Amino acid sequence: MIELIGVYKNFGEKEVLRNVGMTIRKGEIFTLIGPSGTGKSTILRLINLLDVPTEGEIFFEGIDTSGPEKTRLQLRRRMSMVFQKPAALRGDVFDNIAAPLRFRKVPVEDIRKRVPEALELVGLSGYESRKASTLSGGEMQRVAIARAVVTRPEVLLLDEPTANLDPVSTEKVENLVHTINSRFGTTIILSTHDMDQGQRLAHRIAVVLSRTIGQTGTAHEIFYQPRNRDVAHMVGVENILEGMVKNNEEGLTIIDIEGYDIAATSDCPTGSRVTAYIRPEDLVLSTAEFPGSSLRNRFLGRITKVVAMGPMVKVRIDCGIRLISVITKRSFDELEIEEGGSVHVYFKASAVHVVRID
Amino acid sequence: MNDIIEGFTQAFQLIVTLNPEVMGITIRSLFISLSATFLASIIAIPLGGLIHFREFGGKKGLITVIQALYALPTVLAGLFVFLLISRSGPFGFLGLMFTPTGMIFGQMVLIIPLMIGMTLIALSGVRKNIQDTIVSLGADEFQSILTIIKEARFAILGGVILGFGRAISEVGAAMIIGGNIRGYTRILTTAIALETSQGNLPLSIALGLILLFIALIVTTILFLVQER
Repeated sequence: MIELIGVYKNFGEKEVLRNVGMTIRKGEIFTLIGPSGTGKSTILRLINLLDVPTEGEIFFEGIDTSGPEKTRLQLRRRMSMVFQKPAALRGDVFDNIAAPLRFRKVPVEDIRKRVPEALELVGLSGYESRKASTLSGGEMQRVAIARAVVTRPEVLLLDEPTANLDPVSTEKVENLVHTINSRFGTTIILSTHDMDQGQRLAHRIAVVLSRTIGQTGTAHEIFYQPRNRDVAHMVGVENILEGMVKNNEEGLTIIDIEGYDIAATSDCPTGSRVTAYIRPEDLVLSTAEFPGSSLRNRFLGRITKVVAMGPMVKVRIDCGIRLISVITKRSFDELEIEEGGSVHVYFKASAVHVVRID
Repeated sequence: MNDIIEGFTQAFQLIVTLNPEVMGITIRSLFISLSATFLASIIAIPLGGLIHFREFGGKKGLITVIQALYALPTVLAGLFVFLLISRSGPFGFLGLMFTPTGMIFGQMVLIIPLMIGMTLIALSGVRKNIQDTIVSLGADEFQSILTIIKEARFAILGGVILGFGRAISEVGAAMIIGGNIRGYTRILTTAIALETSQGNLPLSIALGLILLFIALIVTTILFLVQER
């Protein structure tokens, strides 16, 4: 549906995007995840043909978008974008939602029919004559979405659609994104800095890190098989260990990390240097010796730090190698452990994602 | 001192009795300046839009020239139009010299730069995200310009009112082009200049008060518009 090839974007001297490449498929929800200021908005603006890439190509259904403004306008009219802070045009809600239809010279009778339909979709029926300036942030966001979908776009671009919203409004907007995608088959590209939201909404995710795409894949691939240290860090993989493969027998790999052995599953050959990624939720803590057999990795360590994070607790353990575990507050309380105490750490070989260092 | 009090008393009489000469001059003044303002708006606002939205070489220089012309001396505007429309000028055949139409022309020359400048300021006051929104919603270039002008309409209207204020209060161009012909091209400012020099103070004061009143109304409207 949309393809970016080797896209660079500079604003004056400043490089904002570097060699961005990705393909968005028809009908999918595609999420750009990354911290603020990494270029997510710029990518969306380029796709919406509001800006022109400094270098590289963007194709919309195979059509080169670097053509004359007339072509760009025709393509732009097949998409809609909702900005992070939606701007209201002068006039009431009806005028705002009717604006894109008027630009497309849709007949007045159709406009009268389609505006209430769009408002109903976003759950704001009867808001037609409200002044846009009297709307709350969440209402304005939904009006902006109504304004975007009223044209029945093939592609809907959403820039941080819930960044400024309370949890209730956030849930409404997320449900709406699902509804629009499943009911109309609209291809949706949205940016967010919220990992969980990316996981909840997206069919596929692109991790945007410092001006380029770190990795593209399904949520599972991104969260459990990060391609490099930066992506791993971004998606909350706290245990990133470097070592050497000592032995590999039919996929069961033994990695030497600072003199300690870790069992993992991989196809990296003996002698190769690797990075091992372990999600903190995959570490099991216990005060007693654990007889279970599927947990190949067993360490005894000292708790160096305990940090409460809402319903979860982050526990740092020094087992010779330093590990970080995240467990629920409830299990933490049941374990009766504290800083300075000792604890057993267990994890499966399959919980270790191994990436070869070239 | 008595002359002044006497002058004001007679001036009030001229106004409240709706003296035909005073009313004639006032209506002519309003007609000429309103026409000039209206026609100048039709030219200046779209032109301001075009300058704002188009990127071209020398854009900054052009804007600087326009800003410098805010302070164009009225007699120079008069002289410029005089050179164009006097009998030997390129548009002499139109016979616009010493006519109200010629005066409208002169006032337009005077206020168009100011109104283009005010339009530019008004349009750059429309936030970037509004402009992005309009383009993103699928507006073509013409629709974008129109919608953004609509967004900035109060600020632009402020520029129009300012232009009218300058037109109705100028004397140089009206004098040079109109020639202050009684009952034909005599307007508030040229009449005040003439009557004062002839010592007809009550008429001058009456016309002055009316001019002041118009200026007051203009400022009030401007204030109300900017409050929006």
